[in-house]
This record gives sequence, C-alpha cells and structure tokens, in this order.
Amino acid sequence: MALLELEGVEARYGPIHALHGVSLSVDEGEIVSLLGANGAGKTTTLRSISGTVRTSGAITFAGRSVVDKGPEAAARAGIAHVPEGRGILGELTLWENLRLGAYTRRDRRVIKGDLERVAGYFPWMSERRNQEAATLSGGEQQMLALARALAARPRLLMLDEPSLGLAPIIVHELFRIVTELNAKEGLTVLVVEQNANIALQASSRAYVLEVGRVAVEGASDELRRHEGVRRSYLGY
Amino acid sequence: MRRAAAVRGLLLLLAVGVVALLPAVISDYRALELGYVAIYFIAMIGLNILTGFAGQISLGHGAFMGIGGYTTAILAANHGVNDLATLPLAGLVAGVVGFLFGFPALRLAGVYLALATFALAVALPSLAKKFEGITGGSNGIFLPRIAPSGDWLYYVSWSVALIMFTLAWILVRGRLGRTFRAIRDSEIAAVSSGISLSRYKTIAFGISAFYAGVAGALLAIPTGAIFPETFPASLSILLLTGVVVGGVGSLWGMLIGALFVQFIPVYGSDWLRNLLEPLGVDIADTTPGVPAVLYGTILLAVLLLARSGVAGLVQRAANSLTNRFNLRQLQRHITPSRREA
Amino acid sequence: MVLAMDWGLLAQQIVSGLALGAVYGSLALALVLIHRTTNVVNFAQGEMAMFTTYIAWSLNHHMSYWPAFLLTLAIAFAGGAAIERTVIRPVERGSPLTVIMITIALFVIFGGLASWIWTGEERDFPTPFAPQPIRIAGVTFGRHEIAVIVITLATVIVLWAFFRFTKLGLAMRAAAIGPEASRLLGVRVGSMFALGWGFAALLGAVSGMMVAPLLVLSPTMMQPILIYAFAAAVLGGIDSPAGAVIGGLALGVGINLLATYVDFVTSELELPVAFAILIGVLLLRPAGVFGRVVARRV
Repeated sequence: MALLELEGVEARYGPIHALHGVSLSVDEGEIVSLLGANGAGKTTTLRSISGTVRTSGAITFAGRSVVDKGPEAAARAGIAHVPEGRGILGELTLWENLRLGAYTRRDRRVIKGDLERVAGYFPWMSERRNQEAATLSGGEQQMLALARALAARPRLLMLDEPSLGLAPIIVHELFRIVTELNAKEGLTVLVVEQNANIALQASSRAYVLEVGRVAVEGASDELRRHEGVRRSYLGY
Repeated sequence: MRRAAAVRGLLLLLAVGVVALLPAVISDYRALELGYVAIYFIAMIGLNILTGFAGQISLGHGAFMGIGGYTTAILAANHGVNDLATLPLAGLVAGVVGFLFGFPALRLAGVYLALATFALAVALPSLAKKFEGITGGSNGIFLPRIAPSGDWLYYVSWSVALIMFTLAWILVRGRLGRTFRAIRDSEIAAVSSGISLSRYKTIAFGISAFYAGVAGALLAIPTGAIFPETFPASLSILLLTGVVVGGVGSLWGMLIGALFVQFIPVYGSDWLRNLLEPLGVDIADTTPGVPAVLYGTILLAVLLLARSGVAGLVQRAANSLTNRFNLRQLQRHITPSRREA
Repeated sequence: MVLAMDWGLLAQQIVSGLALGAVYGSLALALVLIHRTTNVVNFAQGEMAMFTTYIAWSLNHHMSYWPAFLLTLAIAFAGGAAIERTVIRPVERGSPLTVIMITIALFVIFGGLASWIWTGEERDFPTPFAPQPIRIAGVTFGRHEIAVIVITLATVIVLWAFFRFTKLGLAMRAAAIGPEASRLLGVRVGSMFALGWGFAALLGAVSGMMVAPLLVLSPTMMQPILIYAFAAAVLGGIDSPAGAVIGGLALGVGINLLATYVDFVTSELELPVAFAILIGVLLLRPAGVFGRVVARRV
C-alpha cells in the first residue's frame, strides 16, 4: 500500500476550481516529482495534502484519511510541507527556526541531538545559529527550510519549487542532499518543480499536471524520452 | 429604478410630516428628548461622513462637539450674541479645528488614528479645566437664556437637522462623496487615480467636525450651561456606537443611531428590569452601570451578527422582498409560454 | 539654585515616578503583546485590568493577599483567552474598524459591569507590605512603591524568559510572525492567539493590583492609566516589548518630575501632556523609539 494516495481530488479557492480530479500515489522510500506549467495546479495539490485549501476527494496518508483536516493535523501525521517562498520566520534566529521544526515531536531527549544531526548536513549552519533568519541569503533560507522540515523526522517531505530564485549550483547542492537522504535514510519525497530537468534526474517517478488534471505519468526515465514532455517541459 | 426612487421619496415626505406634526401629540418633555435625538443625529451624520464614507476612524467627535458648545457659550455669555446665531460660527470653529487635526491625522492609519482621536476626547475635559480664563474652568459658562420649552428645542434642532441632512445627502451623492468612497475602499488605488489623500482626508475631517460643532452648540442651548463634564470621553464612544448600530455608511440609519444613543442609556435599566424581574433578577433604580452593560452588549451583538447595523438589516429585508416580487413577475411571464408548448 | 536642590525630594519623586511607570509599562506591555500576536489594539485592556482588580478585592475577603493575587492572575488569564476565542476570533481578519469597535464594546461592558456589581463607591485595596516607609540614605520611600517596581519587573522578566526559552513561547512568537508558516509546522495558531490574550490579561491584572493601593479602587481607576499606557507603548514602539516597559518607566518618571518642578504642569495637565507625547511620537516617528519602520508610502 502506498504511503500517500490521492483519488479524484478536487480543490477550489473560493469560486475558482483549481484541481479537477487529481489521482496520484507515492510509495515509501520514493522520490516523486510533480511537474507542469504555471497554474497547472502543482502547488494546489501540495496544499490539498497539507490541508491548507478546501479539498474534496480521497487523500490517504499511512492508511488514514487526511483530507480537509487542516495543516496542524497534517504536520502531526508526519507530513512536512516546505511551501513556495519557504515560509521562514524572519524575525527568529536560524536555530529557533530549526527548533520550531521539531514542534510536533514529543521525544524531548532525542530532539536536541537530532537538531545537531540535521544541522550537520549543512555545515555552515553551526556558526550562524543566532543569526536572524531574515538576513540569510535566498539559498541559505531554502537550506534552512529544508533542515527545519527534516527536524520533524517526517514520513513524507513535500518541497514546493525549491529551485525558485536560486543559483544553479545551490539547486544542485539541494537536490544532492535530498537524494542522499533518500538513499541513506529512506526519506520519502514529493517535489513540485518548474525545473523539470533536475526534478526528473532526482526522482524515480513523475506526474505531469495540466489544468488541474494528471496529463502524463510514469517513470522519470521514460518521461524524459516522452515527446510531449520533452517539447513542453524539457525544452528540446 | 423609478419605482424605488418614488418609494424613497414618499417615505421621506412621510417622515418629514411625522416629525412636523409629532409635538402636537406628545408631552413637552418627550419633545425635549426628541430634540436631543436631533442633536445626536446631526453629530452622527458628520461622524458617518468621516467613518462610513471616507473610511477614517474617529473616537474624538465628542471633543469637536465640545469645541462647538464652548464657542456658542462664550459668544452668547461674554459677547451677547444670540444663541441661535452662533450655530454657524460654532460649526465653523469646530470645522477649522477638525480640518487642522486632519493634517497630522493623514500620517496615521486605522488604529493609530483611533488612538490619537481617543486621546483628544480624553484630554478635552482636562484642558477645559486648565484654561479657565477662556472656559471658566470647572465652574463652566452659563448662557444668558435657557431653551423656553421642549417644543421649541424640538423644532429648532429638527429644522437644523433637516438642513444638515439635506446638505449631507447632496454631498454624498456628488463628486466629493465619490472621492471619499474611493479613499475608503482603497487608499492605494485612490492615489493611483490621482486623488490627493491629504486634501480629501482633511476635508472629511473638517466637514465632520463642522457637523459635530453645530450639534455641540445646539446641546448648550437647552441645558443653558456648559461644563468640562458636558463632553466626556464617553460621549465620543457613544457617538461612534450610534453610528455603528444605525449603520455605517447609511445616512438615514443615523436616525436609529441617535434614538439608540438618547434612549438606551436613560431608559435601558427600566426596560431591562421589566425583562429580568420575572426571572428573579433584581435591578434597583439606582444601580449604576446597567445602561452601559446594555448598550455595550447591543453594540457587541451588532458587530458580531449584523455588521451593517440596523440600516443594513432593513436593506437586506427590502432586497429580499423586491427579489421575491421580481421573481413572481418573471414567473408570470414564463408560465404562459409553457402552456403553449 | 543647583546647590540648594533637595536631592531627597528628587529621589522620592524618581522612585514614585518609577512605581507609576512600572504600572504604565506593564499595561503597555499587555497592549504590545496583544498587538504583536493578533494585530489588535485592545482598548479594553484597562477596563479588563480594573475588573480583575475588583475580583481580587472580593477574593481578599475570603483569603489572604498572596493566594488571592495568584488566583486573580489565573482568572485573568482564563478570561483573556476566553474573550479572544469568543469575541475577537470571528472578526480578527475583518476590517480594523470592526475589531476596534469590539474592543470598545468590551470597554463599555466591563466598565458598566464593574459599576453594577461593586457600585461606584471608592474602596481601599489592600497591600501586603507594611505601611511604614523605608529609609535609604536618610530619604524615606514608600514600601509599596518599591514593591511595585520589583514585582512588575519580576513579572516582566519571567514573561521574557518564557518567550525566549520555552517551546510554547517560541510557538507563540512564531504564530505572531508567520501564522501560515507556523500552521504548516503543526502550531495551533488559534490557540496561540488565545494564550496571547490570556497573558496580556494577566499583565493587566498585575498592573491593576499594583496601582490600586496607590490610587483608590474605582470603576474609572484605569482609564487615565490606559492613556499613559498607550503613550508608553507608542513611545517605545507598538511592537517592542522592551520599548513598552522602558517607555512606561520613562513616562512615569518624566511626568512626575514635570509635575513636581514645573509650576505650569498641574495635575489636570498630566493627561494632556501624555496626549501630546502620544501625538508627537505618532507624527514624528510612528515606529517609536525601539520599533521597526515598516514603509507604507502612499
């Protein structure tokens, strides 16, 4: 049974229908990417999963329904959603943002060690613990957002456009870390990306959304050779 | 469209008729009370222009009333001007102060403006006590004459109210009103359309203060004397309460607001007592605070349940009635053709 | 003139200024707390403080001072949270006028309720500190005044530590800074808002119980103090907790010294002076001394 399963999910922002029946699944230990043009509904799909938009349909996570239960419930169920724009709490320090990542966890004694471990993936963080998060660069904030999500020891990590506004070298580093965590610790990832190239390289499977529906789906390798996908999203 | 305008015109004529003929059937005391209602009505129209139409918050209009009241008292007592003749001047003085207050008020939005105007309302009685040379300090100022009768006050204040209401009605429908509403709905959009915020915000303050000044001047006449306590901070709160309950942005709703402000604080405890006595709750005649709890609770209820006030409720009821009426008309047009098919 | 100055008088006035300033500062801190967490300026903060002080007064007839003090704090906390949940939550995201009017409605209701339940009679509020003054370096100081300064500062420090070091404190700060992002991290933002109101009401209760023995307990007792608290909060920066406390202390000392040494400034002028400070700060530097300037050019 898949860790995350969506069936016929519809979502709307007030009167506007953004998703018209999306079905997808993510198995434990996979990296799955969600591609598509602007406005196709990629971000909305993640929002449906984390409960921040009005949703109907079936969303099952670890066997339990999480549809329309609200973001706090999704976080407690083990879904870590790094939103578009990162959602960094600027006035707090780097370390305080990290501590907040572990908010839903109860195992107090383990947390401190865990935070050190997570910060360890990003060596530059140890020296800058007390730096105000708003003064970090875009790339550093994205790393912090990722670290914060990992601090929750999530069962599913959802990344929304992690490459947005970042230099290619930083984007590569980011995806390298995610791929490594997936390989070493079996971290399950669902990543939404405009940069289809790097997303298809990092993931094993992918879905392509168009106008609120799944248009194409399959193994990333196959999609890279797919005519339509190549033309529209890979640029050749 | 024409039907709606005709209905409104008829209602207005009816209202004017009722107001003109009422004193014949009510006691002199009641007429006096209704005279006060007219005074609050005037002040609230002014406040509504600022808050409902231009979107600026003022918790200090009691102070502008005070300025008008003191102007009238000083002119009438110390310079022998006929008390009614002082009305325009009292309005003007208050209006100028309001206009000047508008300049710093520009820099303040929402809450900060509320704070600043509230501080003004609280400070006025203290300032009046301090500068005794002008205001007579705690001893106040006594006017040469007091209003001869309740009926007299009634006719004077309602005549003034009718004039002020008509002026406001014209203003709101005209270019100035539209500009105010543009500012209320979005300051940023208004500026992009070339509206000078500074000019119009100060004008709005000036006009609303003018109204309050006239009302304050009228207030001096029936009481025959003005003291620092005549215009406490609670008056400013009461005015804004009346505007909200009557319906922010509705001119005729201010009538309801004025009735609310005049009668609830005075008769509220009696009504409440009659209501609660059968339930065993005893409210003595002299129990303080009961009117405040009552009008505070009504204000709260209006804010949570009927944000557009009484005027809004009436509007909604009228809309649903006209909708049902129009629907029935439509159905009558549709059914014959169905029969043919 | 300087040599003939009465240093004893100066010291006394500074201390009583600090005591009053501590009261203004704690109420100002309550205002800042609510503004930071829920973006609301609570006009009813003073009346809520007055109401809880009356509750303490009643409790003092059934138990000794400190148990009554603590119980009042608990009641204030619960009451504040309840008010946010029931009356503020529905309109939090609406127009500022509506929210302001709701706090004003609360202002009216609490004022009326206090008059109704306890009548407008002026009453004495107990102080657990002996009435004999303390002598330091030959100058006498009121024991209660010194206690006010100590207790208020202690409360402020405890609250600061709570927000700085505990998980809940961090969550509350996060909810105030970025509610949407905080929700994704599992923070129940609504509950954080209610807690913010609870702590603010608690601060108000401290403020009221500290000032009541210095003034007389009456339903209008906190109204001038609210104005001073607004002035202090704005002076220090409406989102700066440190600014609110420092602003309060500075205001207390400043006004007291002005009233003592400048003849023109009689007791009637104290309030208008605070008003002038309020307006001045709002015009010249709306962000206050410690606040952050948020640009909004129009």
